[in-house]
Amino acid sequence: MERTLTLLSFGAEGWGDEIAAGVLVTVSLALATLPLGLAAGFMIALAKQSEERSLRLAANVYTTIFRGLPELLTLFLVFYGVQLGVQRVVALFSPGTSIEINAFVAGMVALGVVFSSYASEVFLSAFRAIPRGQYEGGYAIGLSNWQTMRLVVLPQLVRIALPGLSNLWLILLKDTALVSVIGLSDIIRQAGIAARVTKEAFLFFGIACVLYLVLAIISSIAFGAIERWTGRSEPAR
Amino acid sequence: MSDTAGRIIGAIERPPPPPRRWTGQRIAGHALMALWVVMGVGLVAFLVGAWDAELFARYAPNYMSGLVVTVQLVLISIFLGALLSAPIAYARMSSNRLLAWPAYAYVYFFRGTPLLAQTFLIYYGLGSFRPQLEAVGLWTFFREAWYCAVLAFTLNTAAYQAEILRGAVRSIPRGQWEGAASLGLHTFQTLRKIILPQALIVALRPYGNEIILMIKGSAIVAIITVYDLMGETRRAYSRTFDFQTYIWAAVIYLAIVETLRNIIDWIERRITRHLKR
Repeated sequence: MERTLTLLSFGAEGWGDEIAAGVLVTVSLALATLPLGLAAGFMIALAKQSEERSLRLAANVYTTIFRGLPELLTLFLVFYGVQLGVQRVVALFSPGTSIEINAFVAGMVALGVVFSSYASEVFLSAFRAIPRGQYEGGYAIGLSNWQTMRLVVLPQLVRIALPGLSNLWLILLKDTALVSVIGLSDIIRQAGIAARVTKEAFLFFGIACVLYLVLAIISSIAFGAIERWTGRSEPAR
Repeated sequence: MSDTAGRIIGAIERPPPPPRRWTGQRIAGHALMALWVVMGVGLVAFLVGAWDAELFARYAPNYMSGLVVTVQLVLISIFLGALLSAPIAYARMSSNRLLAWPAYAYVYFFRGTPLLAQTFLIYYGLGSFRPQLEAVGLWTFFREAWYCAVLAFTLNTAAYQAEILRGAVRSIPRGQWEGAASLGLHTFQTLRKIILPQALIVALRPYGNEIILMIKGSAIVAIITVYDLMGETRRAYSRTFDFQTYIWAAVIYLAIVETLRNIIDWIERRITRHLKR
């Protein structure tokens, strides 16, 4: 018992500080991916419900590809593929220099494209749940396209899309575990290092699982609060 | 009479449709589509240009065996998970707290933590208990990465499938249970003849999604040295440093997932024919 506590303490013999740093990396990666994925997902949803056929088709190709590939493979494709591509372009201008893609950025892009392709479906079904009359009402009182979107449609859209988006956030949080494979020091990687050094694999991977659970619980509390906040303008039943 | 009327209406000269204007959306759509086409052509050109018969002859059999491993892993864990999910879903819906609470905790744990962490916990973590496992004779089981992967995937998918099953059974109105009870069917008969046939229609799409998620999720077993499709890909890449190894894996995964998705769509269309108005 005492040994366990020493192992988990913050300090020279303990692994507490290393694992805390891992939590920080996991959370910041997820938080950095979220706005990227949300913005891209929203744009793709707009494209999917456009009247223009080619735009719809282009958006559907995007979702088909990134929902069909395993997340791990997407990560490798981005990490190695972009690295190769950038190196080739750089070699054209200044041969001999080597460029390394930041693992954090690669993880952000890979998780972002996956997140955005799922988020676009959530946004699309939320768009479909908003009656046409809402747009027509907006136009009738003289609002422009953009104003109707911002003042009339978006506030309702957020409310409808929120449960789906909170699911996607939890999936994103779990998917960040994959970046440990390309060398980013997240929870899993730090726990793995600690496990290898101390030979207490069950303890450290168990703690990693518990940490993910804690993050999930915190997220659901936060989403509960956001849902109440967006629901405050909902008509009373 | 109506025939002539139809001919007359058909003969009416309509004004020509207004020309389709080049709106911003249309330009953006064509530009993006052109980008996809360029990328697709570029990809094919890359694969053709990088074509290496020797490489193909050497690694294609490995990819095939990797594909077999992936399919085996997914099929076995989905099947075992389905068996395990029924009692879990039953316990979760039970009004007995002693049954419902552990089932809730089980589902929450396996849905709240990454599959990768669960796999590591079983494969590396249970190694901490080697003396105890050797004493009960289970060490030979937990020593093999393959068995650990199957165990982790089974436990994980059982949690998800239990939730699917629970949601589907919950979606059946109370009246169906009451009607069956008034006909004198007991619980098991009601479940088998009344509830499940209706619930499975609701559950089909989530089940299909779960299979697809498992196929995609199974790629992570490559990290614990199981040579599935992803594992073979990583091995081929580490030996050749040829990026087309990853492209081929992407093409195979995409083909599997798309085929499966179309099959599920087809099954759903077929079994919901009686619901269409």
